[in-house]
Formats: sequence, C-alpha cells, structure tokens
Amino acid sequence: MVRLVGRQIIAAIAFVGDSVILFTVSIGHLARGRVGWRRVIQQMAVAGTDSVPVAAFTLFLVGMAWGWHTAGYMVRFGATSYFGGTTAVAISRELGPALCGVVVAARVGAAFAAEIGTMKVTEQIDALEALAVNPVYYLVLPRLIACTVMLPVLAVVADASGMLGAYSLSTHFGISGSEYLGSVQHWLDYRDVLGGLAKTVVFGMVIALVGCRQGLRTTGGAEGVGRAAISAVVLSIALIYLLNFALTATIFRY
Amino acid sequence: MSAPSGTVIELRQVRYLVDGTVVLDGADLSVARGEVMGVMGRSGAGKTTLLRLILGLTQPTSGQVLVEGEDVNALSTPELERLRLGMGMVFQEAALFDSMTVADNVAFPLVEHRRASGRELAGRVRALLEMVGMEGHEEKMPAELSGGMQKRVGIARALALEPAIMLYDEPTAGLDPISAVQIDEVIVRLKDQLGVTSVVVSHDVQSLRRVCDQLALLHKGKFIASGPLSELEAGGNPAVRQFLSASQEGPLTED
Repeated sequence: MVRLVGRQIIAAIAFVGDSVILFTVSIGHLARGRVGWRRVIQQMAVAGTDSVPVAAFTLFLVGMAWGWHTAGYMVRFGATSYFGGTTAVAISRELGPALCGVVVAARVGAAFAAEIGTMKVTEQIDALEALAVNPVYYLVLPRLIACTVMLPVLAVVADASGMLGAYSLSTHFGISGSEYLGSVQHWLDYRDVLGGLAKTVVFGMVIALVGCRQGLRTTGGAEGVGRAAISAVVLSIALIYLLNFALTATIFRY
Repeated sequence: MSAPSGTVIELRQVRYLVDGTVVLDGADLSVARGEVMGVMGRSGAGKTTLLRLILGLTQPTSGQVLVEGEDVNALSTPELERLRLGMGMVFQEAALFDSMTVADNVAFPLVEHRRASGRELAGRVRALLEMVGMEGHEEKMPAELSGGMQKRVGIARALALEPAIMLYDEPTAGLDPISAVQIDEVIVRLKDQLGVTSVVVSHDVQSLRRVCDQLALLHKGKFIASGPLSELEAGGNPAVRQFLSASQEGPLTED
C-alpha cells in the first residue's frame, strides 16, 4: 500500500517535472526564434479547424439542453428577459471554455500522444535526435503554439454555437428572438467573454504539453501507444476541470 | 581531453546498467580515423547500446565516451547536436519517418540543417538514393517498402549531411545476399573515397569479413578480443573462433 502510494507520488512528480521541462525548453526555442512555422500551421489545422464541427455540435446541443431548463423556469417566474443574458454569461464564462477544452483534449490530446508515442516506440524520435533535430523543437513547440492559439478561436465559435442552440429553443417557450438578443446585449459583458477565452489559453497549453509528454514517455509497443493516448486524455481532462475552477475563482470575483 | 592522434571514437571503462542488469561492464574500444570497425557479439550483448552511447542517445552508468576527443556526456544540448551533425546512424529497423515519402525522408536532414530546397535538393536526394540503389522509389511511403529497402533508405538519409562517422546497426540483417553485398560496397566505398570512419554492429560474419579493417568481439559486457580479422583468425582466442565458425560449443555458450 505504502509502496503503491509512493509510486503514484513519484509518477506525479515525474509528470510535473517533465511538463515543466517541455514547457521551458519550448519557450527557449520560441525566444530564440527557432520555430517551424509550416508545422505550426499544420497543427493549427489539426487542433483548431478540424475541431470546429465537434466543438460547435457539442455546444449547440448543450446550449439547447441548458435553454430547455432555464427557459422553462423563467417562463414560469415571468423572468424571460433574463433568459438570453444568463445563457450568454453561462456559456461564455463556463460551458464554452470548459467543454471546448474537454472536446479538444479528447480529440487532439489523444492524437498527439498516439502519434508521438508511435514515433517513440519505432525509434523515430531517436532518429530525429541522431539527425541533430531536437524533438521538442520539432514536435512539441508547434503543437504547443497551435493549441494555445487555436483553443480561444475555437471557443469563440463554440460560444456562438451554444448561444445559437439556446436561441433555437426560445420561440418554443414563447420568448421572441428580439427579446433573447436584447437580453444577451444587455447582460453579456466583454469581460465575460475575455475571461472565458483566457482560460482556454491555459487549457490549450495543458492539452499540448500533456499529449506530447505522454507520447514521448511511451514504452511497450502498440499497447503502450494505447496507454499513452488514454492517459493523455484522462490527465488533461482532469487538469482542465481543476484549472477551470481555479481560474474561474481567480478571474471572476464576487 | 585530447584524443590520441587519429582516434575518432573511444570508450573508456564504460559500464551501462539497465534496471540492475549489467549490459556493458567496463568496455574499452578505440576506433581510428578512416577505419571500419566491426563489432560482433551475440544478440543482447549490448551492441546496439554501444552505438546509442556513441551518439549520446543513452548515457553510461559510468566511464567515458569520447567522439573526436569530446566527452559526449559532458556536452550541452547544442554542442551534442553539433557533434551529431558529423555522425550518421543507420537504425536496425531503419526508423524512417513513416508519415513522409522516401524522398522526404532523405531530404529531411538537408531541409532542417542546410535549408535546401528546389532543384538542388531534388538532385541531392536522387544522388543519395542512387548510391544505395533505391532510385525510382522517391514517392513511395516507407510502409510500401520491404525491410531491406527501408534500411537502404535509412542509409541514404544518414549519409545526407556527409558525416565523417557512420554507425550501422545490423546493416545487412534481413537483406537478401545481393542487397547485403550492395550495402557492404557502400560502406567500403565511403571509406575508400571519403575516408568515412564506420562502426558496424553485426552478427553477419560474411558481411563483417567484407567491410571491416578491425573487429572487436563483445561478450558479457566487455570487448574480449579485437584486432584485424587476419590476426583474430590466426590468434588462438577460442571465443573468436567460436563466433566466426558459428559453433555451438565454446566460451560464448558457457554461462
């Protein structure tokens, strides 16, 4: 039991240590202007553009489910003028950023870990090093930049899609489109949106670092690649939940 | 820190343990400029580890690995990368980048380090592929090639930056005899024409006979015999005799 707990603690320390090293080495390359921009753009497409459908779909339906409950209650209490506002604030502060992070962690984090993990077990990472190409520069930095830049962009699309999902239900509850939009305009502050987007910048970094780290630490063939992908997804989603609350409590003060 | 004149690669009392198992146990080796050093040994004797140590991909538990007089493990990352530019490694399973075509694999070091592009790059890639008899396969993906063909592409990629040192991990394993001779000819030609220093790890005795100036036998973590092939054959070392004759009886099969 003690040994098991000890092993977990050592694994956690190794994980944090590796992630910090990957981050600082990446920033070092970035600071010296050593960036493979072509690979950054490729990864932006993978992490950002290709994630648009699933992120938009997720938020649209979550917006609808949200709208179903809140609109139902607000009609009952005669508070329909709050419907658009509460929806927009909830989505831009919490639902949009957090779900966007989870969706990208599942999709892209797994892909990073599997791709880099496969390269690791087939000695392609060793081949990079033997050819004097730094794997952090070549593999990690482009993914880190792509995720950090694209997650906020994706969150804007997801926010809009979520609000649209709730909007699509408003007439069903007898709330007019103009009342909904008027409420959004009245209650939604730009700080709600920016605060939410700031969180996604952090989520983007976490997804890229965890995916790459789990990939680079892969051992044990095809099974190991599977394990790396699973652990990348589980770890990054857990970290996103934790950081989401910590950042929410820091950014949005009452 | 200065190496004896003409020594390009030197191992001094290198020990390497992995999970408590001794792989190398005080190994000493010295490779002179322009020579082809063959390293023989049974599977699992630590031959691949030896090449990884020379490249600095693996760190020894103790002892020193010197390349061009520099202690590989005392170098900073940029210094090590500079040293690696002068070394080409041919991996046992080729380790080609599986998401790139054959041409892109061979072009990779030139694009990354020489910023080469366009017609000049294409010409260089073609010349490298011709050298290993792989011209005409430029647009194929590694998965479409046989193991032997992959290995030849791996050699072309390793040669792209014209390294002064080449490290080969089982270059002829899994190849048909004609391809094997072709690879051996490349190794010898690089030595004769460009003075490339090579370390060839192999248990293909035929191939080692064709390419090596010096041979060293790795057994139980140490180099138990080394010298020119003729000398080793003439000498009475029973382990060498057993390896060269692939005999079942002798010191190599005793525990």
